[in-house]
Amino acid sequence: MEDLLAARLQMAVSLGFHIIFACIGMAMPFFMAISGYKYLKSGKEVYKDLTKAWSIGVAIFFAVGAVSGTALSFELGLLWPTFMEHAGPIFGMPFSWEGTAFFIEAIALGLFLYGWDRLHPWVHWGSGVVVGISGVASGIFVVAANAWMNAPAGFDWIDGQAHNVDPVAAMFNEAWFSQALHMTIAAFVATGFAVSGLHALLLLKDKNNLFHRKALRISLTVGAIAAILQPLSGDISAKDVAERQPLKLAAMEALFETSQPADFIIGGIPDEEAKQVNYAIHIPKLLSFLAHGDFNAEVQGLDAFPEEHPPVLITHIAFQIMIFCGMLMAAIGLLFLLFNWRWKHLLDRPWFLWMITLAMPLGFIAVEAGWTVTEVGRQPWIIYGIMRTEDAVSPMPGLDVTFYIFTGLYLMLSFILVWLMRRQIMTLSDKYSSARIHQPRGNN
Amino acid sequence: MLYVVIVFLGLSLLAYALLGGADFGAGIIEIFSGKVTKKTITHAIAPVWEANHMWLILMVVILFVGFPLIYAQMSLYLHIPLLVLLVGIILRGTAFTFRHYDAVIDKSQDHYTFIFKLSSVIAPLFLGVITGAMILGNINPNPASFYEGFIDPWLNSFCFMLGIFTCCLFAFLAAVYLIGEAESILIRNRFLKFARNANIATVLSGGLVFVFAEANGLSLARMFLNSPGALTAVILATLSLPILWWSLVQGKVVLPRILAGFQTMMVLGAWFWDQYPAVLRYSNGDYLSLFNSAAPEATMRQLALALLVGSLLILPALFFLMRTFKGSTFTEDAE
Repeated sequence: MEDLLAARLQMAVSLGFHIIFACIGMAMPFFMAISGYKYLKSGKEVYKDLTKAWSIGVAIFFAVGAVSGTALSFELGLLWPTFMEHAGPIFGMPFSWEGTAFFIEAIALGLFLYGWDRLHPWVHWGSGVVVGISGVASGIFVVAANAWMNAPAGFDWIDGQAHNVDPVAAMFNEAWFSQALHMTIAAFVATGFAVSGLHALLLLKDKNNLFHRKALRISLTVGAIAAILQPLSGDISAKDVAERQPLKLAAMEALFETSQPADFIIGGIPDEEAKQVNYAIHIPKLLSFLAHGDFNAEVQGLDAFPEEHPPVLITHIAFQIMIFCGMLMAAIGLLFLLFNWRWKHLLDRPWFLWMITLAMPLGFIAVEAGWTVTEVGRQPWIIYGIMRTEDAVSPMPGLDVTFYIFTGLYLMLSFILVWLMRRQIMTLSDKYSSARIHQPRGNN
Repeated sequence: MLYVVIVFLGLSLLAYALLGGADFGAGIIEIFSGKVTKKTITHAIAPVWEANHMWLILMVVILFVGFPLIYAQMSLYLHIPLLVLLVGIILRGTAFTFRHYDAVIDKSQDHYTFIFKLSSVIAPLFLGVITGAMILGNINPNPASFYEGFIDPWLNSFCFMLGIFTCCLFAFLAAVYLIGEAESILIRNRFLKFARNANIATVLSGGLVFVFAEANGLSLARMFLNSPGALTAVILATLSLPILWWSLVQGKVVLPRILAGFQTMMVLGAWFWDQYPAVLRYSNGDYLSLFNSAAPEATMRQLALALLVGSLLILPALFFLMRTFKGSTFTEDAE
């Protein structure tokens, strides 16, 4: 395998792996905190059990996230030493803040997991909230660093060297807000739907189980709210990308020719040779509106950029997958929030539980697809418009070996995690009395 | 501001060695003592290992933000040992967590334990190897072959001896810390005995580091003799050994921990003074130092600010964590 390809694939595998744990680390503590709050307020054992059961999941996932995150901080150098040599001092500021946030997260998690009997109940609960806040903060900092690669700022690039470095300007680059917002909400959507799906499946197997019903209610409420908000943040992102990286938008939408007005293309398979999209549905003028807020605005196509452009096929399909999953989840979320309001038994209807079960992976599929869009859509640049990915890769031969080692390791860890979670679920009713309680519907 | 950053880099290194290092050392102890100490070790490490591990992340971040050239060159020429270190870190953390949280206790515990023990050796061994490769001066900026560029800098007896020394030192630290955590006199004596053996092994392997350095063309001994700071550090570490042993025999808990920490600090200090200001040495005699590879002042200012504000948040939280779970350490001597 070519070294550049191996390095890019390794980065994709490592980030794709780590991002799942990062999302869970951002959102899950808040689920625990909600359940913990309900326990402290109501004194109901089921909420205590739920908080404990969830916290064990968090502990396992956090550990994998912490070590895979450590690996990433080294991999940036192992794979892209030239990039880091130049970029480190410029975009490093969010990383130094992220270090602090992550540190606090680790400390607070230790307190939360092992402090049940050692801390005052509200102090203990507070430590759980701190885990969530610092988790979200570290996510935002890391995304701000990534945003800088899309919207480089805070330096002058003269003859292949950075001058007049301004780390503050680099951190608050043009893309940081829209990317951080989109990612943070995505973490709540993905985690909310994944957790809901799991508990819905368990409810299908074990009807009226109190533990799973409470769990589902909390996770689905958070997931649904986030899923409804996400298209709004997606709109901010789209307008931002249209402004800043029109080339990326053109690849996302497989818009080969500059158009005024431009159609929104749904689905389809782009053919880069023939410069057309086969089997697609066109919605007239919608892209003009989504990108610029005007139905008759001009949208630049790939032909406006005669030099290299990102791989259209991957970027377009990943973008479509993200949109599709996002819309589906927003619809499910809306359905739940609207009807659950009046129709309390929704969480007991098998068809609804099946739907939630099937929606389990949608959030994480959308997250992975979204990252594919932003990373592949930036190619061939590692720092947009400044440094090419091929010029940043490590000159060490044999990077494919590194790729195989990491891929094998992460595959193995993924299998073990699934297996471990299964074992956790199998023993739930042995460990927690509330997981053995069954209440007929209506008693939510 | 450069100095503020350097101080934080040094403190992170020290904290990682004292805390993260001891977590690795605990895994090494388990190799020798097996199931008897498993419970004590799990109990001692579980609430704190992730926080302890953060010091490494902090070091890496300070390096790539503040000293990007050192980070980039290290990553390039020491790619392979860094990769092995990472695999060790990933396996240690996950195996430990899986072992601790697995809902069903069965034969899988043995597999986790095996990986946990193995990776507890791999990680510190390669930390030592990487440190050795940075100071040995075998890194060739214009390598003629893959071997010369990416293998030769670290695949030698000196680097591995330094790795073994690191393992011994971490195991010694862990044993001294664990004495105060033991639930029974039997286990306590195990740790005491282990601390003695690890101490002997540390001193012996430390001596061998000098021998193997000479064998690899690095006159470490002469460099030490010419560096008053390094020499003083080694002498202080040696002088404190008898006090450490006296206090251990007396059944003290806190004083031995402080002294073992002091000795580790002196070892790191000796290394620092001996190499000052070099951090990474090339085969052509050039070297990268914290001064000639520092990031622009604007970056250093922001980094120092982040570290200062960060430590205001982290240190009280960390103190609270340690007080909550290692309470006896701060309040009383056991027994």
